Amino acid sequence: MHSLAVYRSAHRIALRDRTLQLLVLAAVVVITSTFGWLLLDIVWHGANRIGWEFLTAAPRSAGRNGGIAPILLATVLILTVALAVSAPLGLATAILLSEFSRPGGRAGYWIGLSLDILAGVPSIVFGLFGNAFFCVWLGLGFSILSGGLTLACMVLPILIRTAESGLRTVPNDWRLGAAALGISKASALVNVLIPAAAPALVAGLMLGIGRAMAETAALIFTSGYVDRMPASLLDSGRAISVHIYDLTMNVAGGDRSAYASALVLIALLILINGAASWLAERTLKRRITAS
Amino acid sequence: MRIGTFLLAGLVLATTMQPASSAEGKLVITGSSTIAPLAAEMAKRFEEKSPGTRIDVQSGGSSRGIGDARSGLADIGMVSRALKSDEVDLKAFAIARDGVSLILHRDNVVSALSDQQIVDIYTGKITDWAEVGGKAGPITVVNKAEGRSTLELFLHHFKLKASDIKAQVVIGDNQQGIKTVAGNPGAIGYVSIGTAEFEARAGTPIKLLGMAGVAASVENVRNGSFPLARPLNLVTSAEPQGLTKAFIDFTKSAEAYDLVREQYFVPLGP
Amino acid sequence: MSPSARDARLLRWLAFAAGLASAVLILIVLFLMQESWPVIARYGLVHFVSARGWHPTEGTFNLVPMLAASAATSALAIALATPLGVAAAIFSRFYAAGIVGRLLHWVIVLLAGIPSVVLGLWGLTVIVPLILKVAPPGTSLLAGSLILALMILPTIALTTEAALASLPSAYGIGAAALGLSREAIIINIAIPATKASIFAGVMLASARALGETMAVLMVSGNVVQLPKSLFDPVRTLTANIALEMAYATGDHRASLFVSGLALTAVVLALAAVARRSGGQVVHA
Repeated sequence: MHSLAVYRSAHRIALRDRTLQLLVLAAVVVITSTFGWLLLDIVWHGANRIGWEFLTAAPRSAGRNGGIAPILLATVLILTVALAVSAPLGLATAILLSEFSRPGGRAGYWIGLSLDILAGVPSIVFGLFGNAFFCVWLGLGFSILSGGLTLACMVLPILIRTAESGLRTVPNDWRLGAAALGISKASALVNVLIPAAAPALVAGLMLGIGRAMAETAALIFTSGYVDRMPASLLDSGRAISVHIYDLTMNVAGGDRSAYASALVLIALLILINGAASWLAERTLKRRITAS
Repeated sequence: MRIGTFLLAGLVLATTMQPASSAEGKLVITGSSTIAPLAAEMAKRFEEKSPGTRIDVQSGGSSRGIGDARSGLADIGMVSRALKSDEVDLKAFAIARDGVSLILHRDNVVSALSDQQIVDIYTGKITDWAEVGGKAGPITVVNKAEGRSTLELFLHHFKLKASDIKAQVVIGDNQQGIKTVAGNPGAIGYVSIGTAEFEARAGTPIKLLGMAGVAASVENVRNGSFPLARPLNLVTSAEPQGLTKAFIDFTKSAEAYDLVREQYFVPLGP
Repeated sequence: MSPSARDARLLRWLAFAAGLASAVLILIVLFLMQESWPVIARYGLVHFVSARGWHPTEGTFNLVPMLAASAATSALAIALATPLGVAAAIFSRFYAAGIVGRLLHWVIVLLAGIPSVVLGLWGLTVIVPLILKVAPPGTSLLAGSLILALMILPTIALTTEAALASLPSAYGIGAAALGLSREAIIINIAIPATKASIFAGVMLASARALGETMAVLMVSGNVVQLPKSLFDPVRTLTANIALEMAYATGDHRASLFVSGLALTAVVLALAAVARRSGGQVVHA
């Protein structure tokens, strides 16, 4: 009797183990196959348009023909402005939240709450705000600078939150060790904590870049619609997602160029992602082993 | 933090860096997303023939064109409809015409609808294709979002109020309407004639529906016989001068007709 | 400079940066209020929940159907994306630590970076015709939710993944020493221990879902009505702003800013709930 019960319960556990495994597997299959479907659809419609000319020429006839070179440059510039502003600001805020504010403290709570709200503000509202504040009030006009600053506001919460959780996962012993050696908090941060949290910082940066590159609504009203080669940060420049939006919704016969641009965008994301995770791993190894 | 200061200094420097050509003359044009691709192409050609000029076209909607032209934020506004009675303070210059046609899915057997039938379909009195001589099946009414100039034109022509319409799908831009109808054999919508003609020729499964016995074609918009048409306007707050005048004259001239045709609109002249 | 003086200076810099970051939010809220004030002052707040429908050109601004649509699409999207996202995280943590798990991680990161326009285009040309075969018009609450689920899945998956990774390895070793099965470790130890983080992630994903614009606009039909079934077309608050903002003037424009304000209020409530639950969050 007894051994039968044991056998049965062992059997039941094995069965439940299998069921869970199957469910998880099914979910993964659903996710990857949907993504595969989406990707194939984009490749199918866009691949034959891609070529050297597409990457290096200016758009012609509202983007139906020609390439996307000025759009790529504008996108990169907007992204650079956005990250140059938001990355230092984000890291600093994250350090304040994780290293200097007491858990459950008032200031930390309010900053955190305002960031969570910021993360949920719809991008079109950022666009309208950016237009009113950067373009009109600060007088920057439709420009790459306005677009980049608007995006900086948008990705700030992502950067802060990921950096904060990355810093928090660094074991406390390291902080205590640094303090015991009489090292100032500032140099402990630079030499120990930030390198140790580098993978998380990079992951956050990647998410921010992904979000920023995919952004349309916030940029139409700020960096604008001009598809010419930008000559300075004060020129208007069309971001790649704005280009895709215009081609699909506003330009008859623009779908093929839209899919091709989407393909370029995805390739760019893969490139940036790969480079960043490689860099992060390298920094981590060098810093920690050297110190 | 030294890096942060450095970056900040860089940004400040960048803001003081003016584009070299700004002294030569720069125009900012904002407004209707329908006109924006056309105006951008016109701007490129104009820049080529008058070096040193720079014309920035920004998209954003007709009301934006009106507002920006009034406030001076833009030198020229783009408005894809005739001016309203409270907008007569602005000067309007038509650069092209555009017709609006009803479209059906290509597989729909219905080949013509009377004005009354169209009104009944859009107000929800007729909900099945069998009632207008088609194959039985529910009608999907595709309407434009409130405020769009094509909606206003449509409402005005059929003497309807926005709240009378019972739609199943509300769309924003033209291409969304074409894609929606192309994907739904029971749908009816209305879009710009030029783009619909282009898409139908390119194999998109849609067909254009004549109106009051007049075929929906670019030709009939040009000769004025098609009833549902609108001007594409550039507007300014004062009588245009200098570069503004030069650009507007260019957009209305025969030199720009091929660009108008390229964007599937109807040029003012032959 | 002594360590403590350097730290004091550092702290001042950090506080300055954090203050700037929070100032952005205050600026945005102030901006929304200023733009929406004229119409609130004219009609009163009650008008926005009691008016006879949404007919901005005729002066009635009822936001209720759009609030309901936003809530319904987001709730359904969350219901779809949460099990999938958590399962994906469990998969890469417990079932496939090697290259397969990394591959899945990449798929999810890339999904986070696909422009919503592209997702919307795919939804309009692939998903909507499929739904149309079941019940016209195809553009519907269901289509919107499916596309939204795809968009927020990365947030949930990456949050859960980070939370699972931060569990002390002692948990796993202890459980294995007790002879617990993998299923028991996942269900009885890993999920309960990371519950708070998963919940916070879901709340953030809800905020993202509520705020998403372009994709929803393309696939959900945009008819202002209270949805009665999954196949009814609906218009969300964000789609409303995007559809009409470019063409709106005067009170109509101001009423769209009220939509934005209403949305921000909903997100605020969500964020407060998420923070009460505590837990670490990864944004995506």
